[in-house]
Amino acid sequence: MKAYISYFKLKFISSLQYRSAAWAGVATQFFFGFVYIMVYVAFYESGGKNLPMNLSQVVTYLWLNQALLALVNQFTRDPELFKLIREGGISYELARPKNIYFMWYFKVIGQRLANVTLRVVPLLVVTIILPFPFHLGAPESIYHFLFFLLSLGLGALLVTALTVFYPIVALRTLNEKGIVNIMITIADILSGIVVPIPFFPKPLQVISSFLPFQYISDLPFRLYVGNVSLTDGVFGMCIQIIWIIILIILGNCLMKKNIKRVVVQGG
Amino acid sequence: MSFIEVKQISKTFRVAKKKSGLKESIKSFFKREMIEVKAVEDISFSIEKGEIVGYIGPNGAGKSTTIKILSGILLPDSGECKVDSMTPRKNRVKYVKKIGVVFGQRSQLWWDIPAEDTFDLLKDMYEIPEEEYIATKKDLIEKLNLQDIINIPVRQLSLGQRMRCEIAASLLHNPELLFLDEPTIGLDAVSKQVVRDFIKKLNKEKKTTVILTSHDMADITSLAKRVILIGKGHVLYDGSLKKLQNQYETEKYVSIKTNDKLDIRKKGIKQKTKTKEGYDFIIDSKEISISELLNIISKKIKIDDIEIDHEDIDSIIVKLYEDYKI
Repeated sequence: MKAYISYFKLKFISSLQYRSAAWAGVATQFFFGFVYIMVYVAFYESGGKNLPMNLSQVVTYLWLNQALLALVNQFTRDPELFKLIREGGISYELARPKNIYFMWYFKVIGQRLANVTLRVVPLLVVTIILPFPFHLGAPESIYHFLFFLLSLGLGALLVTALTVFYPIVALRTLNEKGIVNIMITIADILSGIVVPIPFFPKPLQVISSFLPFQYISDLPFRLYVGNVSLTDGVFGMCIQIIWIIILIILGNCLMKKNIKRVVVQGG
Repeated sequence: MSFIEVKQISKTFRVAKKKSGLKESIKSFFKREMIEVKAVEDISFSIEKGEIVGYIGPNGAGKSTTIKILSGILLPDSGECKVDSMTPRKNRVKYVKKIGVVFGQRSQLWWDIPAEDTFDLLKDMYEIPEEEYIATKKDLIEKLNLQDIINIPVRQLSLGQRMRCEIAASLLHNPELLFLDEPTIGLDAVSKQVVRDFIKKLNKEKKTTVILTSHDMADITSLAKRVILIGKGHVLYDGSLKKLQNQYETEKYVSIKTNDKLDIRKKGIKQKTKTKEGYDFIIDSKEISISELLNIISKKIKIDDIEIDHEDIDSIIVKLYEDYKI
């Protein structure tokens, strides 16, 4: 375990070096945050009825989404891992006395945590002091906040278990673009990153509840704003844990299968 | 049983074949033609503990493939290899703790951070006890002269500096067996010398078994007593380097300084040229020995000075490759 933790630590340290990328990220997140919020403000002001969340809940949801995007998105991938696969550096990974799946898992989550650490503070600080209706609201209750933190942690483990599939698939295909594009298209919609899940039509909500995507960030954010009850939150976290276990087992199997047929590129 | 036993291993890669041009590209989009490339075929050898073996052959001969099979990275299609009675791929996690690998064309160091951080990671990864780690690291830093470069981000190191760090990284866990796949590629003369001296010392002090591939024959001559030559996936020669040299090194160069005029004709003298200060000869040592030649010459004229040179190892290798048609 110690080895994986230091793997994580090293990835965290080396990702912290990219400070200008982080500032660019912060700017992008502010931009998209405002665009989304403006759309919803217009939507609410035009008098929508029977809406599943009130405006300040939606705004808070959207800001949390932007502030934590680096942690919970499905499109971040570690270019280093793909370089290893394309150019043959995978040799060294295979010559280590550790499980390769978990080495990669900790690498991916290390990078995510480093990225979010650099971005989250400026976004939270600024959005809290913004005027109504543009500001990030307080959590529903202290319990909702604790549940939010817990399920956010599980969401991070879940999204890592999901995105670590990209390099594993690339072991066979050598290129990650196909799998990544398919995943982003599905996940972008079903994870609530574009539109929060409660706004979905009923049938789509049912389908989505059987897939892992909405348990990455939609569940923790809705816990924070109080759109999900604490009881439902516990239930949701159980589903998160089940998905994490299923995906890690599947990932390990696929890794084992692909490693057997791996070809080291470039002599 | 020997330390390393390789028995009839073969490995075939499937490669997509496609002619150039748009039409062929479209065709191959629907139906891909695959050809099989035999990387290694029926390779067998055994190596004893403490040996340094040079593994040579032209590009694409299957050197790296063999090393990757031996280090548990690739799975052979058939045949078996055993190292210290373990099968590399089967006992991968246990096995790789005992070996070190250096791939000259790749890097195991983390690009953005100093090499020492990677060393610390490897310590945890190989579960090296604290005291052992500190002692080994100190020893490696001293021998490879790393004091000044170990704290600089790896991306800022020169190739020679980086390679020294790479070698240190592969030896932190004191492996019994070290694979070096072109460790001196692209290095300058001084760095090459440092690397060679270090490997020699390592083998002597710790009895580390070393398998080395290189296209620089000076690496092989200065380190390995035994060479295995492979070409097109087959073992072509396995034995002492000396014997190989004697077998192929039949041409000798003799140059003589003299003021006298010399007229000599004898079987075995392949070429005689007049120079400013005397004569240059190229002889075939199978037909005439150097002492014979000098004997004849010294009877005829007064020799001021002589110089004897032999063919360099690179041209022997060229000849060897030509002979084996590889």
